[in-house]
Amino acid sequence: MKYLCLICAEKVMEQMSKTDADKHYEEYREFTTDIRKSGHFVDCNRLLPPSEAITIRVRKGKISSTDGPFVETKEQIGGYYVIEARDLNEAIQVAAKIPGAALGCVEIRPIANDLQTLDVLGLG
Amino acid sequence: MKSVQDYPKTVEQIYRNEFRRVLATLIRFLGDIDQAEEALHDAFKIALEQWPQQGIPDNPRAWLVSVGRFKAIDKFRRNARFDSIDEIPAHLATLISPADDNLDESLEDDQLRLIFTCCHPSLSPEAQIALTLREICGLSTEEIAHAFLIAPKTVAQRIVRAKAKIRDARIPYEVPELEHLSDRLDSVLKVIYLVFNESYSTSSGIELMRHDLSAEAIRLGRLLLELMPSEPEIPGLLALMLLQDSRRAARINAQGDLILLDEQDRSLWNRDQVNEGVILVKHALGLSGFGAYTLQAAIAAVHAEAPSAGETDWREIVGLYNVLKQIYPSPIVELNRAVAVAMRDGPAMGLELIEALISQGQLVDYHFMYAAKADFHRKLGQRNEAIEAYQHALQLTQQEPERRFLQKRLTELQNQ
Repeated sequence: MKYLCLICAEKVMEQMSKTDADKHYEEYREFTTDIRKSGHFVDCNRLLPPSEAITIRVRKGKISSTDGPFVETKEQIGGYYVIEARDLNEAIQVAAKIPGAALGCVEIRPIANDLQTLDVLGLG
Repeated sequence: MKSVQDYPKTVEQIYRNEFRRVLATLIRFLGDIDQAEEALHDAFKIALEQWPQQGIPDNPRAWLVSVGRFKAIDKFRRNARFDSIDEIPAHLATLISPADDNLDESLEDDQLRLIFTCCHPSLSPEAQIALTLREICGLSTEEIAHAFLIAPKTVAQRIVRAKAKIRDARIPYEVPELEHLSDRLDSVLKVIYLVFNESYSTSSGIELMRHDLSAEAIRLGRLLLELMPSEPEIPGLLALMLLQDSRRAARINAQGDLILLDEQDRSLWNRDQVNEGVILVKHALGLSGFGAYTLQAAIAAVHAEAPSAGETDWREIVGLYNVLKQIYPSPIVELNRAVAVAMRDGPAMGLELIEALISQGQLVDYHFMYAAKADFHRKLGQRNEAIEAYQHALQLTQQEPERRFLQKRLTELQNQ
């Protein structure tokens, strides 16, 4: 089973002091090396801050756009991991070690693997 | 000689056969389920990398345990660096001592220890069930959720909380002392029987039986019997489950309707399960200290051995209920005994016993009692009383096949 772990925190890297950010980066290096070794790793990346976001809508064939993310909350998504785990409880154990979990929170979303989704998305 | 391509398959096979036992032992060594699960995962990861080059070790089980232990120590040392702790705690220090000589023996005991931990009375029954199915049977969170028709996140949280409780309350990984053994074994057997019953009939919804859970419960019963061969209630419970399970194919017709014992096609009963169940009951009855599971299994065995419903030995069944009633007095036993008495001495006698239960205020929310009462009235030709009791029973059950059964009887009577 694959799970998406969304890392939410009040501060993203760009909003931290250089020393804090460097330290946080090193924690991510260690964690990511670990889960590559353990075989849980599928994919991951860091997202630029929500201030860089643009939200678009298409209505009657026309694009309209607004600055910023489509939900304004204090906590922002700073990055994500896609992990492979035996089950939801193993995913919880892995996600608990994401450095951001100790600062903000991590939302774990099971990734769909029903036949229709796999077929439609060409993932089968 | 196995080719290199075969190795992942072989390792996977070893994983399937061994991971439950290896996990139980790692839990004893590490004193923590989460750490043990990680160590298990790491050990198999290394096996997958090393075995194709170096060959499969003579005793893969011992190899996995010892690699898992070393990985755990490794991790501990690394974390200790961060937490600036220099001392290795005593329980981990013992890890570094040479591996046990009699590892295989202690592996069996470790599973037993873990069963008692998972079924510890300070955990809620829901938590006991979820933890047992995951840590002993190796089911995934999602599989457990599917079997119980609940959300995976609900099961996941139960498991997370139960593990935290075991850690915080320092629930030990051990087989209880003799003086507590019988109480504690009761709660283990209860968990197994709950798992079985969940598969046999659900409290609501249209799906009456779910196969996987009954197989898991029977497997747990077998494992326990292997680990504690002299406890009479273990073969008793295993027999009870096998005998009930043997009727699975006959219990529901193609339309999903419930078929009562006396109308079941007995040729559909699983003979292997019946035979094994009967042997186990006889074995359990020969051990001292048998109890309610063994007696219920003995009753099921009388049914199983009757060639037809009409040839059932009701005298024997009433006799067994009399013993059961003495050891474990309960209104449910009284009700079942009333049904057996009705079969032996006629519906009027059964009705009298049920009326007595009602006058004591017993089981007044239990649909089965009104269904039995209705049946007795029907057989006595008391149409109005029977209709009233069927209506009462219908109000009390949500289970679809049972509702259809009661409705069918009710309609038959109303059309008379």
